[in-house]
Amino acid sequence: MPPRSPTISVETAGSDGLSGVRLSRGTLIRRRFLRNKLAVLGLCIVGFMLVLAFVGPYLTKWSYTDNDFDHLLSAPSSEHWFGTTQVGVDVFAQTMRGLQKSLIIGLLVAIFSTGMSAFIGSVAGYLGGRTDRVIMWVVDLLLVIPSLLVLVILSRYYQGKSWLLLVVGLTIFDWMITSRVVRGLAMSLRELDFVRAARYMGVPTRTIIARHLLPNMASIIIIAATLNVGGAILGETGLSYLGFGVQAPDVSLGTLIAEGTGAALTYPWLFMFAGTSLVLTVLAVSFIGDGLRDAFDPGSTRSKKI
Amino acid sequence: MLGYIVRRLLNTILLVFIAASSGYLIASIALYPRGNYEAVLEPPPKYVIDEVLNRSNVNDEVPFVERYGIWLGQLVRGDFGIDLDGNEINEEFARRVTVSLRLLVVGALVGATIGVLIGVVSAVRQYKLFDRGFGLLSYFLLSTPVFLLAILLKFGGIKFNDWVGTTVFFTQGEYSAGFEGTDFEFLMNRLQHLILPTLSIALGSIAFYSRYQRNSMLDVLSSDHLRTARAKGLTKRQSLFRHGLRVAISPMATFFAYGFGLLMAGAVFTETIYGRFGMGNWFVTAVAKNDINAVSAVVTFTAVLVLLSGFLADIILVVLDPRVRTR
Repeated sequence: MPPRSPTISVETAGSDGLSGVRLSRGTLIRRRFLRNKLAVLGLCIVGFMLVLAFVGPYLTKWSYTDNDFDHLLSAPSSEHWFGTTQVGVDVFAQTMRGLQKSLIIGLLVAIFSTGMSAFIGSVAGYLGGRTDRVIMWVVDLLLVIPSLLVLVILSRYYQGKSWLLLVVGLTIFDWMITSRVVRGLAMSLRELDFVRAARYMGVPTRTIIARHLLPNMASIIIIAATLNVGGAILGETGLSYLGFGVQAPDVSLGTLIAEGTGAALTYPWLFMFAGTSLVLTVLAVSFIGDGLRDAFDPGSTRSKKI
Repeated sequence: MLGYIVRRLLNTILLVFIAASSGYLIASIALYPRGNYEAVLEPPPKYVIDEVLNRSNVNDEVPFVERYGIWLGQLVRGDFGIDLDGNEINEEFARRVTVSLRLLVVGALVGATIGVLIGVVSAVRQYKLFDRGFGLLSYFLLSTPVFLLAILLKFGGIKFNDWVGTTVFFTQGEYSAGFEGTDFEFLMNRLQHLILPTLSIALGSIAFYSRYQRNSMLDVLSSDHLRTARAKGLTKRQSLFRHGLRVAISPMATFFAYGFGLLMAGAVFTETIYGRFGMGNWFVTAVAKNDINAVSAVVTFTAVLVLLSGFLADIILVVLDPRVRTR
């Protein structure tokens, strides 16, 4: 039995009543968000990571595929900022490339899977009845077998092929929980007067969902999308760590950690930088997500996720 | 009440069958055992390959429905079939299942209990040092993937051993090979092997449960019935434990069920990193070997674990919350 999801609180512009000046909703949310120090810090870290991931590779003359045979397993130095691996690959170049890959995959998966859960959840919640039961039944079934296991079994279909297939795979098994939240919201929105009015006026279902339901759930969907970025990055790195995700010669933070840990007790730089950037990124993303939640809906108790 | 339990149990058993069958279906489609024999430099003749595949009932030239029928018939009798090397899967299963269960059950219990406790205390001392400290810590833990946590704990354990000068934490296997000693010493040796892997999968759950328990407890703390309890003369502590905790804990029961699935995913990493030959480790090797029957066995095990804990969670919910019973 899922707990009933929170109803959304409807805010009107200027309800905060800041010295009588009427503020638009957007301004209010931005101000509330910027007041949250952790959220701003998170935004800075994610921004920094993004810039680093895409500009970083140009800062060094080494590429993640180059071997510098004069420096095997050398410690971080001015020549190799993060040191080198057993075969002389520059760890900085590797880490940047891995960060890039993990960030892209995480962002794409979060966008697609959140979109999917918004669509499926609102259809289930709005239509109710048999459609709802069937969809929720599928959701429950998909939650029984951990998606990591399914993705490992299915790895033959994306191994050695484009990493975009990995995005598809991660998306297909990452929408269930958010769709439950969306469904709960859609169920409570369905009973509101303006939705009823639209229905009785004969507005088609897809227009109601697109025009009336989704915009009214936008805040929750944005928050979910943000938090899903972290989940997606963790999912991708986990698969890659096991060797079922991003494949050599390409690298992701997961494969870097997997390769680095063999000799990492004596050569900690092999996995330390990849590990740190992974944790920092996911942490920053969750700070942003919580900041958004507080900004959109200050009255809500935090993190009612499922 | 009894009727409810029986209905839930039947539903659970049905779902286990559906989940196990889906696992078998996915494994049969995605894994290609014939490839193991065809990819070698000098492939054996086709009839030899067919013989090997038929023995395990994984021949892709036999219609899927037929293979599935045989597999299901075996499963109902509690038989997972034969792996590609010709060994009984049940034997391997029996060897590995206790290894994993020890890790998972201890991990789940430790994670849930400590997590709930921390959550309760955090809520009662909202915005105090304890709350803020554990809040930040749980953010970190939730952002750290299990494999990284397991690796860090392993290195931490090794460093600690070096520092103390004696081996306190073992980081490889179930127990020291060739260990001689009394039963108690043997148990201690097993525990020393179990601590770090358990922490690796439990720390994430502790963080997870503590956050949710804190929220749920905060909702309860400001509720009317708790004020009434105080008003009729109970002390703060009494009202909390008799009336507050019971309500605040019940939502956790639902998370407990799904939590087991996450733990199993964590066990895949932890068992590999700590060299424990349990179900998670078996899963990875079986997929790499294209062993459909072994993969299905692990998936079935996971489904049973998740659904059984879901069933237990529902029972606990009914015991804790009388309102559910009337539904």
